[in-house]
Parts: sequence; structure tokens; C-alpha cells
Amino acid sequence: MANGDRTVLQFSTQSTANFSAEVHPLVIFNICDCYVRRPDQAERVIGTLLGSVLSDGTVDIRNSYAVPHTESADQVALDIEYHHNLLVSHQKVNPKEVIVGWQNQPTEDVEKDSRNSGCWKLFSQVGSFLQYAGEDARITGPLQGRCPNYRVSSTLLEIERCRVGRAFREDAMLSGHLPETRYSTGLGVTGRSALIHDFYSREVPNPVHLTVDTGFRNGEGTIKAYVSVNLALGDRQLASQFQEIPLNLRMVEAELLGFDILKTTSVDKLPTDLEGMEVTMQRLLALIDDIYKYVDDVVEGRVAADNSIGRFISDTVAALPKLSPPAFDKLVNDSLQDQLLLLYLSSITRTQLALAEKLNTAAQIL
Amino acid sequence: MAASSTARSFLQVAATEEVVSPLRVVQIEGLAILKIIKHCKEFSPALVTGQLLGLDVGSVLEVTNCFPFPIREEDEEIEADGANYQLEMMRCLREVNVDNNTVGWYQSTILGSYQTVELIETFMNYQENIRRCVCIIYDPSRSNQGVLALKALKLSDSFMELYRTNNFTGEKLREKNLSWVDIFEEIPIKVSNSALISAFMTELESDTPVAQCDYDRLQLSSNPYMERNMEFLIECMDDLSMEQQKFQFYYRNLSRQQAQQQAWLQKRRSENMARKAAGEEPLPDEDPTNPIFKPIPEPSRLESFLITNQIANYCNQINGVAGQSFNRLYLMKSLHDN
Repeated sequence: MANGDRTVLQFSTQSTANFSAEVHPLVIFNICDCYVRRPDQAERVIGTLLGSVLSDGTVDIRNSYAVPHTESADQVALDIEYHHNLLVSHQKVNPKEVIVGWQNQPTEDVEKDSRNSGCWKLFSQVGSFLQYAGEDARITGPLQGRCPNYRVSSTLLEIERCRVGRAFREDAMLSGHLPETRYSTGLGVTGRSALIHDFYSREVPNPVHLTVDTGFRNGEGTIKAYVSVNLALGDRQLASQFQEIPLNLRMVEAELLGFDILKTTSVDKLPTDLEGMEVTMQRLLALIDDIYKYVDDVVEGRVAADNSIGRFISDTVAALPKLSPPAFDKLVNDSLQDQLLLLYLSSITRTQLALAEKLNTAAQIL
Repeated sequence: MAASSTARSFLQVAATEEVVSPLRVVQIEGLAILKIIKHCKEFSPALVTGQLLGLDVGSVLEVTNCFPFPIREEDEEIEADGANYQLEMMRCLREVNVDNNTVGWYQSTILGSYQTVELIETFMNYQENIRRCVCIIYDPSRSNQGVLALKALKLSDSFMELYRTNNFTGEKLREKNLSWVDIFEEIPIKVSNSALISAFMTELESDTPVAQCDYDRLQLSSNPYMERNMEFLIECMDDLSMEQQKFQFYYRNLSRQQAQQQAWLQKRRSENMARKAAGEEPLPDEDPTNPIFKPIPEPSRLESFLITNQIANYCNQINGVAGQSFNRLYLMKSLHDN
């Protein structure tokens, strides 16, 4: 390396090993909605993620809100007061939700495929960086009202402007903090992300950065989460690296609702109990048909037999309780009669109500 | 024809009053539904409320977003805080281009026991400021059965007028032909999603053909739910019988009073006959100072209407769940036969 001191570039790989994030569907809905409603000149939306950190280190992202921001070529301004106001308001309702990070969407000028945020790229970048290490590190555009300490992230941005090239823009921007979470729409992490990550790391020890690709750049919507890890050259903070962490989607609520309702752009009416029952029965029937077909295929030799599937099927069939037919019939009939009784009771009640109402309002004292 | 209609002067157009088309459907965004579900589920079994935001377009009321209210202590100072919170949230949401228009509120309920006088009062409060508002009721306990228990309610207009005059006597109600079914109007709900969200959801949907809600629906044990429903039903019947006793009491008093009045009248008349015979001035036929002429106030029927509504609701729920159970039981039977 061109640098005179003998320092060792340290990559800390430990801390991100056990971090993972779980995101609720509400967050994604929120982000998409904010993106659709963004002001015309903004190309992406930045916001704060709320949630909690579970005991095993998983970050549970439960809620989010957008924060207005302005971006220009070399600076980002975030409305911090708004951010705090909304945080306070949200915490009034749900004091257990704290900031866990931030999000944004990617901008169009991210060319490189930042999914390969591997170390090898970093080497080439660090090499070029060190050439410029001597340049004066002017502080670039200040974050609105805060952040006196830019450290290396601003230096690197400065280097961008010195036409080092776009290679620096993604994942070379690092700010070493524990996962805090924030979201951004877009694929990949940009230079400005580092500044914002900086800001969020002051709020929460370990921000998680979530990006949601609304442009469907790769033909599918990608949602990624990153944490940043410190990169130190000796005792000098070089940069922080955004490392991707595994992201799970907790779709329990969406499932409760039924993806049918959430998938289409409009549903004419919500399914009632019996309609829902019908749909479920149909699905069950389809499943059973599939299994039948599979078993038939295996028996006739069309499909290679997979022992584990066979075991699953036999387990399922064995799960039916072994009751003698009379006992089973009795059980079923008892339940049937209970239900019938309840139905009868409710019909009687309604008749009673109708009568009572007639008596009450129709009665006249003459 | 077209020429004449376009030839209407501006004055004419401005003078014609806008006809308020009746509210036919409530269109909710998936985002708002998810928020409501999340908020109600997190705080269940406590009852929570929140505000609905959206647009009022023609005969459709669109709900595009919502925010929850913090749980309020019963404290006078917190009232101002509540209003501040609301203003703050609306202001902040305005900055990110969310519709800033209040169109109603939502609340969670347990097993459908939401018909209370407070609900009506809240409705009246809202109605003063907003022309059209709706209340969305969500029942988190029914979601365990795999049913999305979301209802949009509105007070019917005739009921609102009656409530304003605060007059719930039998006479008035018969006049207006108003019965307990007419208090609340349920409005059908439509769900809409933006295209971006649909795209995401289509992709994020898990590949299994069976979702959690199917598992919930196929669960055989509905007994705890039915038991609670029946408990509530029984309590309500008790309340109803109390109300009816009040009525009986009132009627008895009324008839007794009338009998007393008749007796007194008879006495007066005979006195008058005697006086006429004696050539004196006849006494008036009525004596307003006599306590037996004091009109007894008729008890308001509002409570009994509300209770009746509750009971009807419980009955409906029981019917629904029983229907589902029948399906499940027959399914089990056929499975076993095979």
C-alpha cells in the first residue's frame, strides 16, 4: 500500500454473524405508499423504522414512517425535527417501539451491482482512496442542523467529487455502528446513505438499513437489509461496510387477511364466513388431489419415490385419530347436536326480540 | 339538449344545491386495514381507537390511511394532549402527502359488543364537523377463526334526527316507523391496493397453496368462542329483561295514574252537579296542582334498542360459527369414513 505506516486493514466479520431482521408486511405497505405519494422531484423516499430487538438478536421491524428530505447531487438534508415529532407521537401509542433503523429506495444512478459488496471490491477502492488520503478532507454538505463529525464518510464523498469514479459510491460508504434501522427505496447503498446512516447511528446504537427496490430493477422486487460494520486501518477509522443480513418476512398478518385481498388492486367485498370456508375447502381438496396424483405416479413408476415425502404422507394419514366407528360417530353427532342446539337458541332469541319490540312500541294505553 | 344544458349560466350552477349522494360503499386501502389489524391485535383485549383519513368522493368513501390514538387515562389534562396529538399527527402526515382529511374513526371490539351509547355520541360529535363519517369496527377475536371481522357502520339519518330531539317515546318511534334495525346501517367494504403494493405482494406471497387463515378456519375447536358468545348473550338478555321491567313498571304506573285521574274526575263531576244544584260556580274539571296529574316521563327506548342490536349481533355470530362448524364436522365425518 502506498501508505508509509505499517497498518493492517481489519475486517470485522464477527458481529454480523447473528444479526437477522424480521419485517412485517405493514412496513412494506407503508414504504410503498410513501413512495407512491412522494413529491415529484424526489426520486426516493427515506424514513425511519420502528420496532424492537428481540432477545436472540433478531431485529423485529414493525412499523415505519417517512421523513421528508431533500437531496441534491452532493448533499442530503433530513428533516430531523419532523423525525423527532413523529417518533414522539408514535411512542405515545406504542412505547415499546423504538427506532431500529432507516430505509430508502435506490436512485437511478447506482450502476454497480451492489449485491456483490464483497471485500475484493473494497481493496481496489481502498487502494485508490489511499492515493488521495493526503487531500484535504473538506466537509461536504451538512446534514440539516447537526452532525459535526463526518469522519471518513465525508472524505470519501469528497473523493467522489474528485472524480475518482462511481466505484466508490456504494458499499465503500461505511459507518461503523450496530444495526439501527432505516429504510430506503432502491437497490443498493449509495454514498448519501452513509451520511444518513451516520445520523441514525447517533440515535440508536445499531442501525439496520433496509432498502426496498421499487423500480423492480432485476425484474422482481428486492428487499434487503444491511448493517454497517466498522473498517479500521490501525486506529484510524476508514469507513464502514454495509453488510447484508438475512431478512425474513413475517407475513402472519397478511396471511390472516388472505393474500387474495392484498394481491389484487381491488376486491369487491370481503368474504364472509361461509365463503371463506368454501375457499378453504377448495384449497384442501386441491391439496388432497395433488397428493393422490403423486402417490399414483409413484406407484406406477412415473415419478421417483422420495422417501421423506412418503414418510410425511404416512404421518399425515396416521394423524387421524384411531377411534372405533361407533365412538367416532357418537363424537360427531354430539358436536352436531350441540351446534344445532345453539342455532335453535339463537333463532328463539331473535323471535323473542321481534315480539318484544312489537309489544314495546305498539302498546298504547287507551 | 346538450347545448341547453351547457348554456346554464354560472349563477344557476352555483345556485343549485349539491345533492348528497347516499353512501354506498367504503373503499379501504390494504395499508389502512393492516394498520388497524396490527393496532387492535397488539392491544387486545383492551379496546383501542384510532382515526381514519381519506377522501369523500361521490357515493364512495375512500379510506387511505389511519393512525392510532394513544390510550387515554381518565384525566382532564390529558384531553388537551389528545387533541394536540391528533393535530400533530395530521400535520406530520400532511407533509408526506398523506390525505389529511378525517373521514371517521375505527375501534376494536370484543365479540361484537360495540353498540353503546358512547358510540352514538361519538357519531353525533363527528357528524357535526364532517358531512360523512363512518366507523369501522374490527374484532380481533374473530380473526382467530380465520374470518376478517371488519365492519363499516353509519348511523341512519332518521335515527340521527330523532336523537337530536332526544325523544324516544313510543309515539315518535311509531310515527317514524323506526325499529331497532334502523339505528345502524352497515355499509359494504371494498378493498383497494395500489399497483406497486400488488406487485410486491404477488411476489412475496408464499408458495404454499394453503395459508394460515385456512388452518384457522379448519380448526375443529370452536367451543371456547361459542361459550363466550353465549355468556355475553345471557348477560345481554338479563339487561334486556331489566329494561322490559322498567317499561312494565312505567305502564303500571301510568295505568294507575289514569285510574286515579278518572276517579278524581268523577268526584269533581259529582261535586259540580251538587254545586249546580246549589247554584254555585262549577269547579274546573282539572286541577294541575294535584300530583296525580303530573305526567310520568316515559323511559327512553334507546337502551333497549341498543341491547336488542347487541343480541341480534351475537345471534348472527353464533349462526355463522355454527354454520362453519357444520362444515367442519361433515368434513371430518367423510374423512373418517374413507
